[in-house]
Amino acid sequence: MRLANRLALLVMLAAAPVAIAGAVRQAAPVNDAAITEDALPPRLSDYGFFADLSARTPASGVHPYDLNTPLFSDYSVKQRYVYVPAGTAARYDAEAAFEFPVGSALIKTFGYGEGAAYRPIETRLLLRRASGWVALPYVWNAEGTDAELRRAGTRVPIAFTDPSGQERRISYSVPNVNQCKDCHNLGGAITPIGPKARNLNDGAQLQRWHAAGVLDRAPKDAPRLARWDDPEASLDSRATAYLEVNCAHCHNARGSASNSGLFLDWRQPDAAARGIGKHPAAAGRGSGGRMVVIDPGAPEESILLFRMASTEPGVAMPELGRATSHDEALAMLTRWIAMMPERGQSQ
Amino acid sequence: MHYRLAAAALLLFASSASARDLIVEAGPNAQERLQLALLDAQPGDTVRIGAGRFELTDGLSLDVDGVTIRGAGPDQTVLSFANQLGAGEGLLVTSDDVVLRDFAVEDSKGDGIKSKAADRIVYHNVRVEWTGGPSATNGAYGVYPVESSDVLVDRVVVRGASDAGIYVGQSENIIVRNSTVEYNVAGIEIENSRHADVFGNVATHNTGGILVFDLPNLPRGNGGDVRVFDNRIVANDTPNFAPAGNIVATVPVGTGVLVMANDNVHVFDNELAENGTANVMVTSYREDYVDAEYDPLPRRVVIRDNRHGRTGFAPGIPGGEALAAALGGALPPVLWDGVGPAASLRLEDAVPALSMGLTPGAPLTQADPRPVDLSGGVDAPEPPAVRLPEAMEAAAR
Repeated sequence: MRLANRLALLVMLAAAPVAIAGAVRQAAPVNDAAITEDALPPRLSDYGFFADLSARTPASGVHPYDLNTPLFSDYSVKQRYVYVPAGTAARYDAEAAFEFPVGSALIKTFGYGEGAAYRPIETRLLLRRASGWVALPYVWNAEGTDAELRRAGTRVPIAFTDPSGQERRISYSVPNVNQCKDCHNLGGAITPIGPKARNLNDGAQLQRWHAAGVLDRAPKDAPRLARWDDPEASLDSRATAYLEVNCAHCHNARGSASNSGLFLDWRQPDAAARGIGKHPAAAGRGSGGRMVVIDPGAPEESILLFRMASTEPGVAMPELGRATSHDEALAMLTRWIAMMPERGQSQ
Repeated sequence: MHYRLAAAALLLFASSASARDLIVEAGPNAQERLQLALLDAQPGDTVRIGAGRFELTDGLSLDVDGVTIRGAGPDQTVLSFANQLGAGEGLLVTSDDVVLRDFAVEDSKGDGIKSKAADRIVYHNVRVEWTGGPSATNGAYGVYPVESSDVLVDRVVVRGASDAGIYVGQSENIIVRNSTVEYNVAGIEIENSRHADVFGNVATHNTGGILVFDLPNLPRGNGGDVRVFDNRIVANDTPNFAPAGNIVATVPVGTGVLVMANDNVHVFDNELAENGTANVMVTSYREDYVDAEYDPLPRRVVIRDNRHGRTGFAPGIPGGEALAAALGGALPPVLWDGVGPAASLRLEDAVPALSMGLTPGAPLTQADPRPVDLSGGVDAPEPPAVRLPEAMEAAAR
């Protein structure tokens, strides 16, 4: 869409009463220019990712997807979509995130509630421009009809019931643009985290991506990350998957926590780098009076669990996007550390 | 736009990419206005923060090269994080050629100001403080440049850090000068870094004044070539309030300078007094570790021309009191843990030294203390003065 047309559309939308804005249908295809041009579109509707924005029905060419193990974000329910421009495809990579063509978009909506009761809070976009990836957070209006760009982030009070039935009230944090970069930083460049073969590979999804033309190929022997809550999987593979997804985007040699020396990527071979018997470098009060990151056999002596259980800034890990503790994952990781052979017995 | 652009600069901006002032004044919604200015700034711009108190609820961050953040003075422009709900530090800088000056960060929940992979960064006339005094619940580091080349910390004041007031880690080409650190666990700490000059500072009422460390299992090790000179390191007497697990939690109260497992460290022309344990302590790294690259011993440590006042009168080490009594009431000004060859140290000050007679990895409780003559040790050449780009010096004027 040309800029003038887009402006005209914006004016129309702005003029339309809120009551009917929800009925505006975006039958048009995805607005490729909104993804690739330098401007920062003020509204989610500017992109045309959704045929029906209120119902969040994806437009043609926008494909929903899931991850084996998702990032924990305060029990929010996430809806993920991938878009690549017609006639292009992402390049498969067995280890790194796929190489997406210019004009691609990764769309992730965070909200609470299931089915018709689902309330979107924010939609984060990763846009592949010629200059690289751009990360932008859009915050939904109360009516759930559209979301507006909030580059500086914001906070939204949220009340919800967690899976154990516990009522939680939190100040939900929408990250600012730099905080998006914080997690998506790999060697200084913004890089997608989710769309890696191992975390998409559930036995069928990569093939679906390939069939839809999103991915150039889908090898049968693609690596596969466990589901962190899969009772059939080994505790070790579940713990590894959880740490890979929730920690390793920062805690790897090229990530935002590179200086920590604590690297939790799923194939990290060095036991000390994985935290086993490792003294903290700059944990401050995040150490909680414990001596090492992971003390095998002694979860109550392991800094890792102390920081995951805390919701206090300066202590809590991850540093961003978590105002509640993920109790189910903590229980799983506690069992995992408890079952590790104690140091000295392992060799 | 939520903040003001200076009018004259705006006119300039219309015709060229000239440097602009983005002005943010105190008032409601400071979080969003200030963060937006930090996002909108372009290389060469100055984010000018007005006088007053800015109540912030989240960490702020800057990721644009060549930006100056300038307040109206460290007692005039106060960024308060007392009500912080998220993020690991008050202000995070991840871009190069940034100048931070003339403002204060108070009561951040984690670190005060962190700069990571931020080359040629200047901290000038900045204050970071936890206003409730020393407490284990205070954030770890006041000023925290890490993984950077060319770091200038000048006229900075830090109080109350539960780890180090000024901490430079995994970096190279560092100057820390004319700064005041007090009531922190460690006043100034240079860790896993090469080529650092630490001079003209006042370190007082910390647990330990100035620390030079090298730690294992970090991406960047082999720290060394550090000069600690012309500092006033006196009365470091605040009981250690670091949470256990932190390496500085082991620093004895009353330590002036502590050199641990580092290479080519020169400590000279300092005023050292009223440090209850020791004016200068040199030790190996005693924790367990697995790191083939790491050398836990201090190497080429030269101590000369310092002015030693009263010290060793209140030893903060196990058995210290009895030891002091046996030695006539006080420990000598220089303590060495005794691990490694004595020739790796050279003490030219005319004061006695005590070796703790420890074996590698042994706790202090297993000490076998005895006087030691360190005057004939290594004669390592002094590292050359650290020089930083002139633009950095200009930014600190």
